[in-house]
Order: sequence, then structure tokens, then C-alpha cells
Amino acid sequence: MLGLNKRDFTLLLIVVALAMLAPFLLNPFPEGSAMAQFNAGYPDLMQKFVIYGIFAIGFNILFGLTGYLSFGHAAFLGVGSYSCVWMFKLLGYNVMPGILLSILTSGIFAYLIGVVSLRRSGIYFSILTLAFAQMSFALAYSVLSNPKFNLTNGETGLQVYSNDPQWLHSADKPDLPHLFGLSMRATHEMQLGAWQFQFNVGYYLCAIIMVLAFYLSIRIFRSPFGMMLRAVKSNNTRMYYTGLNARPYTLAAFVISGMYAGLAGGLLSAVDPLAGAERMQWTASGEVVLMTILGGTGTLIGPVLGSGLIKYFENIFSKINDSVLHSWFSFLPDGMEDFMVTIVHPFVGKGWHLTLGVLFMLIVIFLPGGLVQGGQKIRGLFTGRTEAEQAQADANQSTPAE
Amino acid sequence: MGILEVKNVNKRFGGLQALGDVNLSIEENTVHAIIGPNGAGKSTLLNVLIGKLIPDTGSVMFDGQSVLGRKSYEICQMGISRVFQTPEIFGDLTVLENMMIPIFAKRDGAFQMNAIGATTGEKDVIEQAEHMLESLNMIDKRHFHSAAMSRGDKRRLEIGMCLSQNPRLLLLDEPTAGMARADTNNTIDLLKQIKEERDITIAIIEHDMHVVFSLAERITVLAQGSPLVEDTPDKIKGHPKVREAYLGESA
Repeated sequence: MLGLNKRDFTLLLIVVALAMLAPFLLNPFPEGSAMAQFNAGYPDLMQKFVIYGIFAIGFNILFGLTGYLSFGHAAFLGVGSYSCVWMFKLLGYNVMPGILLSILTSGIFAYLIGVVSLRRSGIYFSILTLAFAQMSFALAYSVLSNPKFNLTNGETGLQVYSNDPQWLHSADKPDLPHLFGLSMRATHEMQLGAWQFQFNVGYYLCAIIMVLAFYLSIRIFRSPFGMMLRAVKSNNTRMYYTGLNARPYTLAAFVISGMYAGLAGGLLSAVDPLAGAERMQWTASGEVVLMTILGGTGTLIGPVLGSGLIKYFENIFSKINDSVLHSWFSFLPDGMEDFMVTIVHPFVGKGWHLTLGVLFMLIVIFLPGGLVQGGQKIRGLFTGRTEAEQAQADANQSTPAE
Repeated sequence: MGILEVKNVNKRFGGLQALGDVNLSIEENTVHAIIGPNGAGKSTLLNVLIGKLIPDTGSVMFDGQSVLGRKSYEICQMGISRVFQTPEIFGDLTVLENMMIPIFAKRDGAFQMNAIGATTGEKDVIEQAEHMLESLNMIDKRHFHSAAMSRGDKRRLEIGMCLSQNPRLLLLDEPTAGMARADTNNTIDLLKQIKEERDITIAIIEHDMHVVFSLAERITVLAQGSPLVEDTPDKIKGHPKVREAYLGESA
């Protein structure tokens, strides 16, 4: 189906279902209940889930297949964001030109950085990409925002001002990002008993693009090109002595993943038309590495799961403050209550990174294959097969028995 | 004219003359062994033959074309395949995938952006790869992870991967190093079988005299960076100079 084998098609269907039903799935707790703060089904966060999902899917094409660990992918995210806002400033608030330009410019940018960085491999490649990304950050933050030539608007962040040309803008169109007149912020709310579900245009646009990006990544993984990329990771020497030039293969993978990052950056601007330099900072580059490893490097769905998990932590755990903790532990005697709050306090609220760090360590130590490996282990408990047997069965299915 | 002509090759590493005036001609469709004691310059010579090292002087011509200064993938595309001392295969991939990659490389050249079509749709390539695996008696292992196989099987696979590209010259660098006796014999049998079935030139660098004398039609003995003698195996066996090179003056 759609050029995919049965397993991959099922996986695609699962992702489609998750993406389309996310407003329901992420809001399992009724409005006003104590657990409602764990609901993640609001547009802002759901958009982040799918946008960072795209970012991680693209990163995985480079890191998962070729093994080249880029520490500078946030640069492409930033370039995409700026490109998209510039389209808003020049043409108007329709998101389509912005998204297309962000893919294009980040592709060119990735090509230039890739040509230089891919002259080295391993740690040197990582350092080169990190250096380029930090240079891009410095450029965006200060150098390119002087009064004579203001490309990025520095610290304030690039945004649309009322005196911007917006050549294609007309009075009948919304004065906010829109898709051919349909505002990104338009949200349909559905009240179902005690539950409230929100269906947001911006989210669904990003979700549809994420599904397409996911589909494309499956095709790349299963193509001869994808096989060559895995060959690069596996044995570069044999690659060259088989008559293959590894350089253009890795460069192509680098550019493709850079374009995915640019697309994600463009979408970030499309749902919120403000692009700041902090998107290019090294912490953002590190975050996508964490997402990919947490979910499962080199697996199809891993990066999507990893980005969802990290964004969930970032937005939900960070909101748990001491008063919330006190209400949780209020059933305990006073002394115990304060004690428990003190214990848990460092792990929530501003300390959510600590929880994430512990989780990351646990996963890397016990599940080197990430959440996907965890899923396989659980599946193994039900079917009684070991992971190795499952991998064998998967291999049998991915190539037709003739 | 041999298929591979090495003329007046010199290579110096600082004060060490690694290769001194090497002249070597490998005839088409023969098995030519290069032997010599440790430090004789065998590996340096091999690296010159595949373009990895550029000699200080001299020329290396393959079928009338110079190999010097070419990238390793270009040399492979010219028709020279190399088998390494430790088997170099794609360990993360399955045996079948390992076999498909060289067939793709032969068909599509050094780089081909085929990112949308499914690998499983490449029926011709799969068929060729399976055919090759059948002739290696490895067809039942096609879904194995290649890294998990025995050394002998890895070697078999590596040789098969080279052969699937129909090379004109196959270079083997100590193909049985570190192998159990049974695996060594299997490898010898495989190489004999290849020799019978195909028009192919094989150059082999080897320590194990059992392997050399069971396979080679011509032998070049290298000592201290220069060819000492070149002859048929029978003549090499009793040659006094060879004994001297291997065992020292007193022998």
C-alpha cells in the first residue's frame, strides 16, 4: 500500500491515527479534576509535539542512518524560522510561501555547512557542525541585526510590523498567519460532558505535514539510498572499496535532514510569527539529539515518541509548583507533607531537567534502543518471543521471500 | 603485456626504503602470489596497487590506465576488487543486503540518488544477489546479521561481494590470516572454484605457504622492498635465494 510493505503501512496508519486523534488522546482527564494539569491536548503544546517530531524525524535520517552526529541542527531550524517570518513581512500572512522558502533556504544552508563539515567524520564532524551552529547563532543574535542591515532583529526577535510591505496582503484576510484565509489560531472547541477538546487549524496543518514527512522518511529508509546510508554507518572502508563514493551520500542525507529542520522552523513561525536567535542555540541542537536517542536511534517512530516525551516534560512537569505538590500530599500529616514536598521539589517545576536527566540515563543504560526497544520488550512479554527473534522476523518481512 | 604492470616503483618512508625498483607484471587470468618475510614491503606494494599510496617514482598501469592518484572507489569501478586481511563487510546489515550493495554499485555507479523506490522492488538486484549467495552456499543465511557469522563465512561473503561486480582483478591480502584450518581449506576451495568458473586474475599476498602453493601459478618473492625472484611454484620451492631470504644466511 502506497509503496510500503504491510508492517510499515500499519505503522503509518498508527501515526496518522495518533496525529489526527491527538486532541482526544492527550486530554484524558476531565476539566477541573486534579489530574487535569497532566492534559496536554491544548493547541500550543500539540503543535510543538508534531513540529519537533518533524525536526527529530529529519535528524534521524542523518544520525540514525549514517551515524553522523550533528550538533548543529538548530541552525537550520533557526534559518527556517527567519525565512518564514521574512515571507510574512514581505508577502503577507499566508503560511505557504513561508514554509516553502524555509525548506529551500535551510537546504542551501545545509549544503554549504555539509560540504565543509563532512570532510571529517566522528567527533570532528560533530564539533564542526557545533561551531557552525554557534557562529550562526552569533550572527543572528548580533552581527546581522545592525541598523544598516537588519536581517534578524537581534535580541527582540524577528516579527511583523505594521509598516512592513506585505505586498499580497488584503483587508479581507486575517491579520495573523493563515492558510489561504483560514487562520492558524482558529480553534473549534467541543464540550463532551466534563471533557473539553480543542481542534486547532495550526495544529492540523502541522500534523498533516508531519504525517507526510513521516511517510517520506519511511520511503527513504526502505530505499536503496537508505540502504547505502546504513552501509556508510556500518563500514566506510568497504563502501569505498565497493566502488561507492560515500561523500555525496552523506551530503545528501545531511541536506535532507537540514530541510526537515528548516520545515520545522518554518512551522514554528507559522503558528507563532516570531523568530528569535535562541532557536539556533546549542541547547536546541542538543535537544534534538536527546529526542532521537530517547525514542530510538535509527527506528522509524522513535524520534516522534522521543520529541513527544521531551516536550511533554518541558511543558507539563515544569508547571508543577510547590502549591500543586502541597495539594497532592495534603492527605499526609503536616511534617510528612512538608518532607515529601521537599523531596519531590527539585524534580518538578524549574527542576524538570533533573527528571529528564534521570529518565535519559535510565533509558540509555537499560534500553539502549530507546522507547522503541521498550515497546519491543513489552510486546515480547505477550508473544513470548525475544527481541532477537522479533528482529529476525522483521528482517524476514522487510525483504520478500522468493 | 600483463593486466597489471608495475614499473620502477620506489617508495621511501623517511629513512626506510619500503619499495626499491619494483617491477612486476601480472598476466591476465593467472593466480599470482606475492610472498616475502615480514617487512618485505608486501603491504606497501598492495597499497600502491590500489592507489592508496602514491609511489615516489614509477608507474602502475591497470589494463593500460594508470591507477596512481585515483580514489579507491574509482579503482574499484575500473575493475579491481580488494579483499582485506580482516573481512570488511557491512556488519550491521543482513547477508542479502551486503550482497545487494555491490550489485547496486556496479549498476548505478559511485553515487545514485534513489531515495523513493523501495529496495524490495529491485527484483533484478535481489535475484542476482540470491544467485550469488546460492553459489556460495549461503542462501539459507541471507537474513542473518552478517556481523554474527563466523570468520570463514564473513570471508566467503566478502569474496562473494567482490565477485558479484565481475572484477577483472581480485586482490587478496592474507585471505586466511587468523583462520581455523577448516575455514582455510574452505577458502582455498572457494578460490579454486572461482578460478575454474571465471575469467579472472587473482593477486594474492599470503604468509601461509600451504595456501600459496595450492593456488598460485606464478610467485613473486619480495625481500627488503625488492622482488628477489619470480617463477612457478615448483621452482620457487627449492630456490636457494628464497631460502636465504626466509631463513637467513646460515640456512
